[in-house]
Amino acid sequence: MTYISNTNKQQQEMLEAIGVKSIADLFKGIPADFSPASFNIASGKSEIEVRQHLQSLAAKNATDLTCFLGAGFYDHYIPSAVDAIISRSEFYTAYTPYQPEVSQGVLQAIYEYQTAICRLTGMDVSNASIYEGGTALYEAAMMATRITKRKKIIVCEGVSLIYRTMLRSYTSNLALNFVEIPINNGIADRELILKEIDNDTAAIILQNPNFFGCIDDFTDISQKARSAGALTICSVYPISLGVLKPPSKMGIDIVTGEGQSLGLPLSFGGPYFGFLATLKQYVRQMPGRVVGRTHDKEGRQGFVFTLQTREQHIRREKATSNICTNSTLNTIAAISYLSLLGKNGLKEVAQLCANKAGYACQKLSRIKNVKRKFAAPFFNEFVVELPVDAGDVVSTLIEKGFAAGFPLGRYYKGMERCMLVAVTEKRTKEDIGHLKESLEGVLKTE
Amino acid sequence: MPKCDVPSNFEIPRNFHREHEADLPEVSELEVVRHFTELSRRNFGIDTNFYPLGSCTMKYNPKIDEEVSRYKGFVELHPLLPQLRHGGMLTQGALQVIYNTERLLSEITGMSEFTMQPLAGAHGELTGTMIIAAYHKDKGNKKTKIIVPDSSHGTNPASAAICGYSIVSVPSNSDGMIDYDEFLKVLDNEVAAVMLTCPNTLGLFEPQIKKIAQKLHEVDGLMYCDGANMNAILGKIRPGDIGFDLMHINLHKTFATPHGGGGPGAGPVGVVEKLKKFLPISLVIKRNDGTYALDYDRPSSIGFIAPFYGNFGVILKAYCYILMLGKEGLIAVSENAVLNANYIKEKLKKYYHLAYDKTCMHECVFSAVNQLKNGVHTVDIAKRLIDYGFHPPTIYFPLIVKEAIMIEPTETETKETLDAFIETMIKISNEAQTQPEIVKDSPKTTPVSRLDEVSAARDMDLCFKD
Repeated sequence: MTYISNTNKQQQEMLEAIGVKSIADLFKGIPADFSPASFNIASGKSEIEVRQHLQSLAAKNATDLTCFLGAGFYDHYIPSAVDAIISRSEFYTAYTPYQPEVSQGVLQAIYEYQTAICRLTGMDVSNASIYEGGTALYEAAMMATRITKRKKIIVCEGVSLIYRTMLRSYTSNLALNFVEIPINNGIADRELILKEIDNDTAAIILQNPNFFGCIDDFTDISQKARSAGALTICSVYPISLGVLKPPSKMGIDIVTGEGQSLGLPLSFGGPYFGFLATLKQYVRQMPGRVVGRTHDKEGRQGFVFTLQTREQHIRREKATSNICTNSTLNTIAAISYLSLLGKNGLKEVAQLCANKAGYACQKLSRIKNVKRKFAAPFFNEFVVELPVDAGDVVSTLIEKGFAAGFPLGRYYKGMERCMLVAVTEKRTKEDIGHLKESLEGVLKTE
Repeated sequence: MPKCDVPSNFEIPRNFHREHEADLPEVSELEVVRHFTELSRRNFGIDTNFYPLGSCTMKYNPKIDEEVSRYKGFVELHPLLPQLRHGGMLTQGALQVIYNTERLLSEITGMSEFTMQPLAGAHGELTGTMIIAAYHKDKGNKKTKIIVPDSSHGTNPASAAICGYSIVSVPSNSDGMIDYDEFLKVLDNEVAAVMLTCPNTLGLFEPQIKKIAQKLHEVDGLMYCDGANMNAILGKIRPGDIGFDLMHINLHKTFATPHGGGGPGAGPVGVVEKLKKFLPISLVIKRNDGTYALDYDRPSSIGFIAPFYGNFGVILKAYCYILMLGKEGLIAVSENAVLNANYIKEKLKKYYHLAYDKTCMHECVFSAVNQLKNGVHTVDIAKRLIDYGFHPPTIYFPLIVKEAIMIEPTETETKETLDAFIETMIKISNEAQTQPEIVKDSPKTTPVSRLDEVSAARDMDLCFKD
């Protein structure tokens, strides 16, 4: 299949109009010694063959496991209407809405998305989204260095290790000073962080719930930061905001997060989207696209990209970021998801997650020699300490049909026996019971 | 939502609760579906309208890709599974998709190896710049600047600046090519890299590339190829063969994955042999026993640039597309893309000033200077096209062409569509002479007419208030 519909006859007519004999003539400007050394690609296949090939590859992936694996990426239920909406080809085959008159659909959807993110987080302004949660956090850190003109960034180890390693990679060529502060009993170490905030500090980066699932209130940290002229950045799990105190109420300056849980499948790591919201006074230092509401000559409401003088296509090397895409289609999924759930639905999902996780934690910690690692309250994810290596246990439980959790030894020294367990609204009491029995069985035979 | 089937006494302490629910709409499913369906109807897409947006390669997005990317075995796969002990065996199909796509892109471009992780074209550029920095650090080179032509995409200088490089812009000559003498003037030992788009953003092929690469390599600089315009050269040129050291490809352009209203896309980065060790962590490798695994043991790597393995769902669609087309199909893509662009160029050059009158590649750049005599600007022509049912071309880019109109028809459009577009462009050119007010007052057929962007920037109304 080539998806080219011109016939040979039409091609000939076009060549004649151009005034050349063959298509090869159109490539004459390329010197002969530029021709490919090889182009060893198999011949094209039919839809039937390609479908069979990809079906067989899909079948080689284990998607029938009962999932208690989270660590920032969660197996939430996605209402059927979400996919129906993003399957509208006017959305998915469009590009960046450079021409607002023929892009009001995409632009209004993004504006509604920005509204929903502001209401969830309590912040004043949201951008039109970034690639995913890690790059959103990096962009927030860069934004803080621009606003404060300072170079020291304090990062709490409760922030996902995935994001912390990304932050380090991205800033390795810049003269920034990263200070990582270990956690204390599962939460941000107040004493160490407060002591570290000084007049050189650009930002303090936090996460809520943190990587271990523990929830916190960072008001004390943001107060100290503000008095030192530093910004507080917090990465949040948007579903948790159905019940948890919004970051705005803790004095956070920039809120970021991974949007996957808002109606997107896990899809082996992407595509997702990252959100970034902040206070109005920082809007001109915000990276990425932003949609604003305005009007036409007839006074009709309309939506456009705005504040574009921050961006690369105008400012080139002086732009606030090199980002030129956002994840529009995924933000349409997110705003569809949030609209379908509504304020009560989102609260209900969050409460279900919290209740089921609480129940699962109680069940698992009743197993002999298994105990809850941290006493801090948690949202839908918690750490249990096992009497043996958690990596081995998780591996054995896969054979019994469970993705039982994430063994922390891979990321955290000294936590080889710890397992991070996530529970979403999709898991039933029965699933939790089976996990408990299976874990008990595995530990008995170890 | 199902009823809670566990005791509901696991309450989070009150002091962590929010006081008021987030103010989201409470509406029925029908209302939500009708609302977004209505919004979608206020939007042009490739499936509804010809979309000749230059530099963006708005080709048809095959439906098989949409179907395949929704297979349960792919969408429900947790990205952390392969990081569990023996977990790689749980995701062999997905790892094979990534590996095979990486191999196909390497063969198509003449690069040694690709990372599939970059999540967009600009993200690819940033990754590439980080690799450039790592290479020079490794060799102990003191490099401070990156050269970009004045015709480049804005993301090029922005990406390079983020990595701490200063930018040196080189002017284009009267042929629309990078001015070689000016290039030699700014080339010195502190140049880390040159970023070139191939073919360039004027839709022209630069035959001096090998010469530029040779000079640059003499000072141990690296040649970066912005692969946004790869659609013109499939099977005709491989950047790896002509002196480029690294490049990114926009899967959402050349390899037909949908643009999604601005994203998500994917911008994999390919490198030649000497840069392989700097590619991000992790890489998918094929073991001797035929199984696939993730390689994390990469001490010289630039590190982690994405949480996982890239925009997997996008990679999957590109893989499917390449398999469908195969060798002959890929070559036909570029031949027909170039044919269609030259046809438009030839048919319109009597009416619109052609910025550079020579055979173009996959896109052609006009200037509305003729129409400007009657007070009609490029933006007016663009808006008038909307009234006739066409998405406008890219306008005011590249920056070096006054009143630029950049048209990229792609290979998937028929001659009938091109003829209708050409006829309309001619009509608008006539209107510009005879009744310019109509053109300047367009569009009239859309849900809104031209919007007040000045007040949008001033008032900053960025979300609904209560």
